[in-house]
Amino acid sequence: MAVTKGARTNGAGTSEATVGGAQVTFLEAIRQAMFEEMERDAAVVLLGEDVGVYGGAFKTSEGLLARFGWERVMDTPISESAIIGAACGMSYLGLRPIVEMQFIDFIVCAFNQITNFVAKGHYLWNAPAPMVIRGPSGGGVHGGPFHSANPEMYFVHTPGLKVIYPSTPYDAKGLLKAAVRDNNPVLFFEHKFLYRRIKGEIPAGDYTVPIGKAVVRREGKHLTILSYAAMMHTSLEAADALAKEGIEAEVIDLRTLLPLDEETILQSVKKTNKCLVVHEDTKTGGIAGEIAAILCEKAFGDLDGPLLRVTSLDTPVPYAPTLEDHFLPNAKKVFTAAKELARY
Amino acid sequence: MKKELTRQQYLDLYYYMRLNRAVEDTMVKLFRQNKIVGGLYSSLGQEAISVGSAYALEKKDWLAPMIRNIGALLVKGVPPRDIFMQHMAKYDSPTKGKDGTSHFGDLDHRHIVSPISMLGDLIPVMTGVAMAGRYLGQKIVAMTWIGDGGSSTGVFHEGLNFAATQKAPFVLILENNLWAYSTPVRKQVPLEDLANRAKAYGIDSYIVDGNDVVAMYSTAKEAVERARGGQGPILIEAKTFRRLGHAQHDPAEYVPKEMRAHWEARDPITLYEKYLAGEKLLDAKNKKEMEDKIEALLGKEREFAENSPMPPAELAEEGVYCTGDDCHKIRAKWERPIAEVTPPKSSVAAVWTVPGFGSGKGSGGTNAPIHFGDAPVSAEKSAGARKPGAKILTKSAAKKTVKAEAASASRKARR
Repeated sequence: MAVTKGARTNGAGTSEATVGGAQVTFLEAIRQAMFEEMERDAAVVLLGEDVGVYGGAFKTSEGLLARFGWERVMDTPISESAIIGAACGMSYLGLRPIVEMQFIDFIVCAFNQITNFVAKGHYLWNAPAPMVIRGPSGGGVHGGPFHSANPEMYFVHTPGLKVIYPSTPYDAKGLLKAAVRDNNPVLFFEHKFLYRRIKGEIPAGDYTVPIGKAVVRREGKHLTILSYAAMMHTSLEAADALAKEGIEAEVIDLRTLLPLDEETILQSVKKTNKCLVVHEDTKTGGIAGEIAAILCEKAFGDLDGPLLRVTSLDTPVPYAPTLEDHFLPNAKKVFTAAKELARY
Repeated sequence: MKKELTRQQYLDLYYYMRLNRAVEDTMVKLFRQNKIVGGLYSSLGQEAISVGSAYALEKKDWLAPMIRNIGALLVKGVPPRDIFMQHMAKYDSPTKGKDGTSHFGDLDHRHIVSPISMLGDLIPVMTGVAMAGRYLGQKIVAMTWIGDGGSSTGVFHEGLNFAATQKAPFVLILENNLWAYSTPVRKQVPLEDLANRAKAYGIDSYIVDGNDVVAMYSTAKEAVERARGGQGPILIEAKTFRRLGHAQHDPAEYVPKEMRAHWEARDPITLYEKYLAGEKLLDAKNKKEMEDKIEALLGKEREFAENSPMPPAELAEEGVYCTGDDCHKIRAKWERPIAEVTPPKSSVAAVWTVPGFGSGKGSGGTNAPIHFGDAPVSAEKSAGARKPGAKILTKSAAKKTVKAEAASASRKARR
């Protein structure tokens, strides 16, 4: 995957080469978002495993302890249920906790706490739990079956949660800030392949990116490619190759998976009449299936071809580079599927 | 520390226990009339625990009841109608019919966190409440309950361990009623005293006779004030017995007859009445007045509940998300200067400074503190030195040692 630069356009629809901004990595954008939110509001606290002195396993919280102190940056035991449960309790007194899962794979250790306690509170007893649960996700770095997960769909299936999965430094910062300020529990997935591989311009000063809004990364008329996170960049790479063959793909970055921006999706598909979904999550039960159902319900007459999907295989994430490369989608697979779809 | 109660406090404890039982008796009637939509869980014989422990809290403190802690809700000021309507799935109930039983809370006024059916989840949640209260300078204590069965869940241990490492102002009441549904405690936990769970986390614990409301109150009060004073979380094991089945549908035929008889003879309300009469705190006239008051109150509350409508069907679609500013009005209530937790005052050297840790001196676990700001403690004062069972009250209704009682109950449970 040749990821050189961030995406071409940002959520505000303007060029990311904002005057006065700076080139930062995806990781630095996340760190800045937490830093600035903690600076802005003393109700914002951070807790997780090794987030303090060590600055997080990936250094996303580096410098936060030094700045904000022990009461606001809390190193915890290895107890995901306790961490998330405690964050929920903190939110009841008006705090806005950010929880780091050291690897997002471990979020399932707190599955009950998130899906039964945190997610249902507002619906059942009028208890909003504003908190952000964030952590490094995704494969492509040979992390093996327990350090490469894309568990977003477990939570997209849970009413009461919001699920964000950004692909650019600009979005990562703006969406994370929006998540901290949101009055609902928000899951924020950070694709670790992107942490230090991509850079993007982000403006100086405070900004947020709205939760629940997709963005068109590249305009096109022959087919729509829907994607998010690392596969966003893979899709753009494939779109460049397709353009050389005269196929103009419209590439949309979903950015938020729950709530899904149906309007942007439908608008594009009604224009191109063809839809390809690319995600790194495994195929069965992935968001592509949900999108296929939405298109059948709301744009069936507009479709000139089948909805195709390029996803990871329905297996655990394997460790060996040869196996993982085979497991993951890549630009070539996207290119091949898009060409097949374009024939309709 | 022994705290003498005022006459009013003694009578309050009696009132809330009677109210607790009367509310549940009323609900049994409603259940038999098919007016309760789902299950009905009983705390018959366990009223002293809910009432005595919740009564030890201050108004600003937080609690999270379990299904057998209706007494705690009543002490916190929840009107009986709310409890009736919850069970009846009525529109005017706290959850508007979205959930039943005592699954409701009140963040704004009464500081009650709702339980869920998955046991143990409240332990880390209330740890977080306690930590947030401390962070904001509110000097609150958070309290929740767990059963003997619930003490085997993973989150019980994660939560208690986290509370202990944080020295959170948190009190956990472990109601050992000897049965988790149909499974006796002996089959669940290889411990005679569940208070010993606390040893694993280096926190203090008490064992108390759960059928003795004064002992329960007095122990809880001591624990609450110690937690408030910064001594960290405390576990209280209350020995008791679940007199009815898991819920109304369960006749509990698996409970040995002798065991049931033993505990029925130790009804907490009967025991307390004898005690109050002996101390000349309650006579027949006072008792009658209180009974009349409760009857009149519950008559009105029940009528209100029965007249409340079922929720409109469309309500099922509402409230999944908090949208707009109106649905989240809770703001951090600072009772300390915010400047203390904002830069530059909050800024620290981000390095571990752990006196004695790893030096080998602390092999006995006594002088290698790993909390920041902790002074090394001597062996005698270290956590766990307080022996469970030390808390036996001279003025309590039952003067036998708690341990002997519990041991005999456990022996029966083994049969």
